[in-house]
Amino acid sequence: MNTAAPAVPTGLRLRAGLPFWLAAIGLSLFFALAPRGLVPRWALRLPRDLEIPLDRYLSQWMDWLVTRASFGPFTFKEVTRGFAWLMDWPLSLAKSLLVSGFVLGQGSAAEPLSAPVSWAAVILFAGLLAARLGGARLALLVVGCFAYLALFGQWSSAMVTLSSILIAVPFGVVGGLLLGIGGFRSPRFERLLIPILDVMQTVPVFAYLVPILFLFGFGPVAAMIATIIYAMPPMVRVTLLALRRVPAEIAEFGRMAGCTRRQLLWKVLVPASRPALMVGVNQVIMLSLNMVIIASMIGAGGLGYDVLASLRRLDIGEGLEAGVAITVLAIALDRLSQAAATRGERLRHDMGRGIVDRGRLLTGAGLLALASMAIGREIPALAAYPEAFEVSTAPYWAALVKWINVNFFDQLEAFKTFLVLNLLVPVKRFLLAQPWPWVVALLAALGLRLGGVRLALTVTGFAMFVVLTGFWTKAMITVYLCGLAVVIAALIGIPLGIACGLSERLWRFVQGVIDTLQTLPSFVYLIPVVMLFRVGDFAAMIAVVLYAVAPVIRYTAHGVRSIPPQLVEAGTTSGCTSRQLLFKVRLPLALPEILLGINQTIMLALSMLVITALVGTRDLGQEVYIALTKADVGQGLVAGLSVAAIAMIADRLIGAGTTHMKQRLGLAT
Amino acid sequence: MDRPVSPSPTEAKPAGEIKLACRHVWKLFGPRAERFLRENPRPSAEELRAAGLIPAVVDADLEVRTGEIFIIMGLSGSGKSTLVRCLSRLIEPTAGQIFFEGRDLLRMREREMIEIRRHKMGMVFQHFALLPHLTVLGNVAFPLEVQGVDRATRERRAMEMIELVGLQGRENYFPRELSGGQQQRVGIARSLAVGPELWFLDEPFSALDPLIRREMQNEFLRLQGMLEKTIVFITHDFDEAVRLADRIAIMQDGRIVQIGTPEELILAPATPYVAEFTADAPRVKILTARAIMIPADGIGEFAGEVLPQARIAEIAPAVLADARPFAVVEGDRLLGAVDREAVLRVLVGGRRQ
Repeated sequence: MNTAAPAVPTGLRLRAGLPFWLAAIGLSLFFALAPRGLVPRWALRLPRDLEIPLDRYLSQWMDWLVTRASFGPFTFKEVTRGFAWLMDWPLSLAKSLLVSGFVLGQGSAAEPLSAPVSWAAVILFAGLLAARLGGARLALLVVGCFAYLALFGQWSSAMVTLSSILIAVPFGVVGGLLLGIGGFRSPRFERLLIPILDVMQTVPVFAYLVPILFLFGFGPVAAMIATIIYAMPPMVRVTLLALRRVPAEIAEFGRMAGCTRRQLLWKVLVPASRPALMVGVNQVIMLSLNMVIIASMIGAGGLGYDVLASLRRLDIGEGLEAGVAITVLAIALDRLSQAAATRGERLRHDMGRGIVDRGRLLTGAGLLALASMAIGREIPALAAYPEAFEVSTAPYWAALVKWINVNFFDQLEAFKTFLVLNLLVPVKRFLLAQPWPWVVALLAALGLRLGGVRLALTVTGFAMFVVLTGFWTKAMITVYLCGLAVVIAALIGIPLGIACGLSERLWRFVQGVIDTLQTLPSFVYLIPVVMLFRVGDFAAMIAVVLYAVAPVIRYTAHGVRSIPPQLVEAGTTSGCTSRQLLFKVRLPLALPEILLGINQTIMLALSMLVITALVGTRDLGQEVYIALTKADVGQGLVAGLSVAAIAMIADRLIGAGTTHMKQRLGLAT
Repeated sequence: MDRPVSPSPTEAKPAGEIKLACRHVWKLFGPRAERFLRENPRPSAEELRAAGLIPAVVDADLEVRTGEIFIIMGLSGSGKSTLVRCLSRLIEPTAGQIFFEGRDLLRMREREMIEIRRHKMGMVFQHFALLPHLTVLGNVAFPLEVQGVDRATRERRAMEMIELVGLQGRENYFPRELSGGQQQRVGIARSLAVGPELWFLDEPFSALDPLIRREMQNEFLRLQGMLEKTIVFITHDFDEAVRLADRIAIMQDGRIVQIGTPEELILAPATPYVAEFTADAPRVKILTARAIMIPADGIGEFAGEVLPQARIAEIAPAVLADARPFAVVEGDRLLGAVDREAVLRVLVGGRRQ
């Protein structure tokens, strides 16, 4: 294969597209600089009477659903509340076990039966489990994580969070597995499922909190249902993919062995794809933890509530400690589930049964738990971690922030003001000056170039949804914030990724850092940013960059690293300098992968942007957040769907571009 | 030298009854293939292309006799894998009939098909298709497990099979801990666990390196010597086919172009394609005395006698050592003679006798 060959068509194509790009940029600049009044008002903002009041219809429909819809003898609301009541059972059980202890009777007449499982017993159990799944090092890490929770006084909040995670995850996993299996078996069901998953994964969570609030009430159960809905889609996708990836021969073997359809599924396909499915389980756990803070807005309590409350009080120290507690819990659960996923791979016949036998572990843990519950009433130090031994770093953090703000206020402020005036505001003005018919036409033209008529129509459809529902201006603010954040993330991430692709040592270090960054719940990013830059677009943008930079680094590094070595060798032998090697061989070939990374970054940026509504942006995220506080179902959903529309426009266009490029480079699979 | 009688493994067997037969089996990939074939029962390649259909199996007819090793041979893309999957009904043929013990498989219900697969068929796969989550023992016992055989019985039976293929001591290993050859031994043991009468092997040794392949072929012949299954064996390797086959079907572009014993294929290739395949075959190991003998009239003195089915490789040392020809004798009848010149012609590798 000729290494220079791929680069040539790329260049040719860009040149052929040059008039198109020049015209696009020229016209956009013209609109930006055109004197006020030249562009008719209707083109900047659709007149009210032309808007489709979808949000109002949705609210009315929801109202009807909640107040009047009925199935036979039961109203719809009774059905959903009944469901919530059912879901409450396992959750209450877990909470009694881990947090409150069992009681007899209700309300003020309640008489305590037992203490909760002691913190010491929980730590011991987690340590044993870790030892069994991953050996001594993992045990040390997990014990350390749980000890942090006790030591820093986060124990009971953490156990509230843990108990809802412990219940939500199985529901999410089983539900995702079953839906995935349904899609695997029936192509028609899959065609129905995929667009729903697309929407579910791009609509910001806030948007469906309101309907959930209406249907299931305020409280831990509603929060748990929201968590399950949020965490399930990746499991569905992973299941579909994992079942498809089972080698055809294995499925054929199953049929030749005389399996019935059910046996084929449960005895052959599902177990054979177990390692891949465990990746999905890990995703469900991580997403559930990511939901912890958002879920606390509709009554989840626990660590999420602590973070939210201190964020609202601008109490940085407390918020940081609770945020770190969530992170610590996330790290422990992430490593545990990853160990469980790879254990099967590592297990050899002669390793025996691991360090701790499963049966003995479970009975031992059960006895220990019971014992600690019984003794807990006599020895309070066992039931609850004694306050005297708690430590808190909150005052130091507060002091640090104060110190920074006292000593560096001017510098930080100057930096912020400079960027706001010279970057943020001009970009915002530029985008807001673009008339929507022009932007829609530009998107359609892009769609046509990259993927044909179908793509053009899809993209136009999504864009017109935003225009017609009346969220155009807010959407442009979202595009401005998201776009800037993505550009900055790419400027940081692509060079870093390339460097990582070339140096194994750097990559190992950076990988460790971004793995940890990605286990942090999105809210946690807000804390340091607010500490330094207070509220506003700038703080939001910084938080978005921090949250979204990981994928572009990861994909770029992967793209550079996975170039077939013989191509690099071919480049070297034809006398490329290392600079030429990078720009003429490595980068052109890694470009599709880099684009995928940018796509992921855009998706993460959009999801983070909604959360930054808390620090005072004025975009679609803010609309969704306001809808949540007003309990306005329609506004929340439509604004959320508009975010999803932006996400899907970006996704489809970049996806088409990547496919196109991969085909040309002969990398398509 | 008297009668060098060594019955070769592929000595003509008494023609058994027909175990598996297929009649006019077609497999076309593409939209509305079935209707197209009903309307055009014998489409040409051009008609198929015009209809947007890809022919994988074209009008296949074959018969496999009880106890026979029947090899389907062809290059990749010739449709041999599709054909064997039609025979086992892993793929639904577009048209045709497939008779197993006289019953049309294609008319059977799902349930009946499951019963036949559970008790009468076994299959070995190119890439082994072992279940990664089960040990060797679990894999071999799996076909019995899905039938609902209790644990003790199926594990006893599985252990017998594991011993049969020489893997005792490895029964608690996971597949990924075994070498390729060992994995395929597990595949073989597993396919034999239910005691099938019809044994499909889909390129079972193609993924193994040459030395192991040879060892596994010997192992296969050893097992077949004990078990006497009816075998449908797929391969793309003519040497392998010649080594193992009773009869070979050669496929090209979905069509069976010739069916015959290895010797028949060499002596009378039906098409240039078959001739091309057989050109480099080890003729001395395939051709028999009968194939190269000359008329015995007028020969006064014979050096000895050979059987008509004796391979050239077996008689060559004796024939070459003697200036006089050998008589080819079946029972009491003198069929012809084999002399130095005839044997040399084969050894030197003249293309046509």
